[in-house]
Amino acid sequence: MKEIYFDNASTTVVSPAAAELVRKVMEEDYGNPSSMHQKGVEAEKYVKEARSRIAKTLRAKEGEIFFTSGGSESDNWALIGGAMANRRAGTKILTSAIEHPAVSEPLKFLAGEGFQVRAVPVDRHGRLDLDALRAELTEDTALLSFMYVNNEVGAVLPIREIGKMKNELAPRALFHVDAIQAYGKYRICPGELGIDFLSVSGHKIHGPKGSGFLYKSEKARILPLIYGGGQQNGLRSGTENVPGIAGLGLACEEAYTDFEEKIGRIRRLKSLLVEGVGSLPEAAVHGMPDEEGAPHIVNAAFMGVGAEVLLHSLEERGIYISAGSACSTHKRAGSPTLGAMGVPRAEMESSVRFSFSELNSEEEVRETLACLAELLPRLRRYRRK
Amino acid sequence: MYNTFLIKYGEIGIKGDNRHLFEDALAKRIRTVLAHIGGEFTVRKTRGRIYVSCAGDWNYEETVTQLGHVFGVVGICPVMIYERRDPEQLKRDMLDYVSKEHPGCRSTFKVKARRVDKTFPLTSMETAAALGEVILQNFPEMKVDVHEPELLFDVEIREEVYIYSKIIPGPGGMPIGTAGRAMLLLSGGIDSPVAGWMTAKRGVTLDAVYFHAPPYTSERAKQKVVDLAAQLAKYTGPIRLHVVNFTDIQLHIYDECPHEELTIIMRRYMMRIAEHFAREEGDLGLITGESIGQVASQTMQSLYVTDAAASMPVYRPLIGFDKNDIVEISRKIGTYETSILPYEDCCTIFVARHPVTKPILPVIERSEAKLKDSIEGLLKTAIETAELLIAK
Repeated sequence: MKEIYFDNASTTVVSPAAAELVRKVMEEDYGNPSSMHQKGVEAEKYVKEARSRIAKTLRAKEGEIFFTSGGSESDNWALIGGAMANRRAGTKILTSAIEHPAVSEPLKFLAGEGFQVRAVPVDRHGRLDLDALRAELTEDTALLSFMYVNNEVGAVLPIREIGKMKNELAPRALFHVDAIQAYGKYRICPGELGIDFLSVSGHKIHGPKGSGFLYKSEKARILPLIYGGGQQNGLRSGTENVPGIAGLGLACEEAYTDFEEKIGRIRRLKSLLVEGVGSLPEAAVHGMPDEEGAPHIVNAAFMGVGAEVLLHSLEERGIYISAGSACSTHKRAGSPTLGAMGVPRAEMESSVRFSFSELNSEEEVRETLACLAELLPRLRRYRRK
Repeated sequence: MYNTFLIKYGEIGIKGDNRHLFEDALAKRIRTVLAHIGGEFTVRKTRGRIYVSCAGDWNYEETVTQLGHVFGVVGICPVMIYERRDPEQLKRDMLDYVSKEHPGCRSTFKVKARRVDKTFPLTSMETAAALGEVILQNFPEMKVDVHEPELLFDVEIREEVYIYSKIIPGPGGMPIGTAGRAMLLLSGGIDSPVAGWMTAKRGVTLDAVYFHAPPYTSERAKQKVVDLAAQLAKYTGPIRLHVVNFTDIQLHIYDECPHEELTIIMRRYMMRIAEHFAREEGDLGLITGESIGQVASQTMQSLYVTDAAASMPVYRPLIGFDKNDIVEISRKIGTYETSILPYEDCCTIFVARHPVTKPILPVIERSEAKLKDSIEGLLKTAIETAELLIAK
């Protein structure tokens, strides 16, 4: 059975060149960058090269890139390390109501440590309430954390406006951006946007799992989360994951190669799917319309069909998607994003996410639409009574 | 240190002429479970006892855990073995044992001696008295209590001297393979693995059947059941697990029968399919995790109707158990953590909001009649397409 992988916001296949590079470093250039001998020097070259490749994509300095174990570590480090370092500015932290748990959970921790965390609401389409943000943005704000692209519905937050507003109203605050779903989909120049910290994960952009980085503006102060041998300027100790870093660096460079063309292609897939879903009965697409939302994420509800049932039905046909909210018989956690957007419960339970990469084709979208048209009436016949 | 365990097996010791069969099954099962871990083990049966001697690269904790998985084992006693010489040497060995095993002890104690080899100069009684005395002299904090001692020192004088004082409880029951086979209806829940375990504990070899309904149940739910079977297999040996695709039967019942009867009718067809595989495996009964009144399908009326679908005995070892009793056993046998993973059929589509709680057999049979011709074909397909997995 041919496989159609529409779950690229969960993870992506590693690019062949990155995979080959990872293998080469693992098997041949396996030195520890801290070693004084030749093997160490060789390994260090890979780290430097990756750092330089990544810095270029952000128009940042090499010294502003710190390698981590992935998106969650980058988020945790920026929030906890940033808030701790900037305590003098105040104790208020502002964030959005639709953040990923890798941001909202460490913020819960900080709330327990005496910080006041305020979540700025969004509207039905995931648009941030900038007036509410302006009202909350006081001088005693220590930290702002806003995601660039929402992982569930692909809503895009107005990072540039937030940055401006911050500079105007709370210049001492640090600004963290979770760009895990945005990096590789948008050209991001943190220096221009007033961003202090930017989190990126490798495996969302055809890099290896367990790789990622945090951009830290050279002006921003941060405390380490991980202490030890003093690697990466003493800010992130631990022997560098050289194979992962090398693979990540290459994947980052590839992500911004033929960039406009690739994003145009992904966006066409999205339009095609959105249009197709729109013509199906009892279906709704969540998030921002057209160009306003991210190019690769479509969140749709098919009323009367449980998200997991649809997921497994498509899986039987080799089509892989993701269910908006994990559901179980006894406890339904529900999706934090859809909840914050005010999507009704029943619609939430029927919501699934399709997410694309440049490896997908229009043919695959058409095939998926045909499957949906065939499956949905049958699945709708069986409802709980 | 220890290198021998005395295995106590109580109940099977009294099985008359069949005794050796039970003992052989027990020794065989012990050898099997120990083959899975590092070390060289010798299992000896002598005069109504089983000894396990350990050599090579063995680990105490690991060995005790494995022995604790053998049904029929009532207690596991780590034994210290001393060379047999004269009574004076025996006294020194006794003191060595107490100081090593119970350092700083202030308990009450009793010495129980057994002279198996009658060439030893002291009788059993004399030996016990002599050893008790020498302990009192050397450990003034310890006191004798012959009625309810906190510590009981067992001393056996054989070709060598065996001393033990600790009994680690085993699961009890009867060795696997001494009581025929039965088919367990295994779901991903808490109850059915416990029901299987309790039946297997009486020596019954387990087969199992699991019904899944893709796309209404997930691959993970199936994996969960495979994992549960594998956990049970630590006690029972490999389990033949039949995985039956039940979707089409379920949809057909949904289409034709009253919604509030879905569950009960579904369960009746599960019994029929389970029985098919049970006959194929040579099983003597079905096992379910039902307990009276737990859910709508487990009222006395529902059990009556479900039971009527089976023509072989249905064993329900949990019938009188409360949920918390079942949970307690499932924790003890290591199935609880897997059972509570949230991959159970996410779909409540097939569970009516108000299911019948007092079904009446003729009424249910009349509903089933509506399934008539097509159900036979669906049952046949479900049986033919079932997948056989070996959980171990």
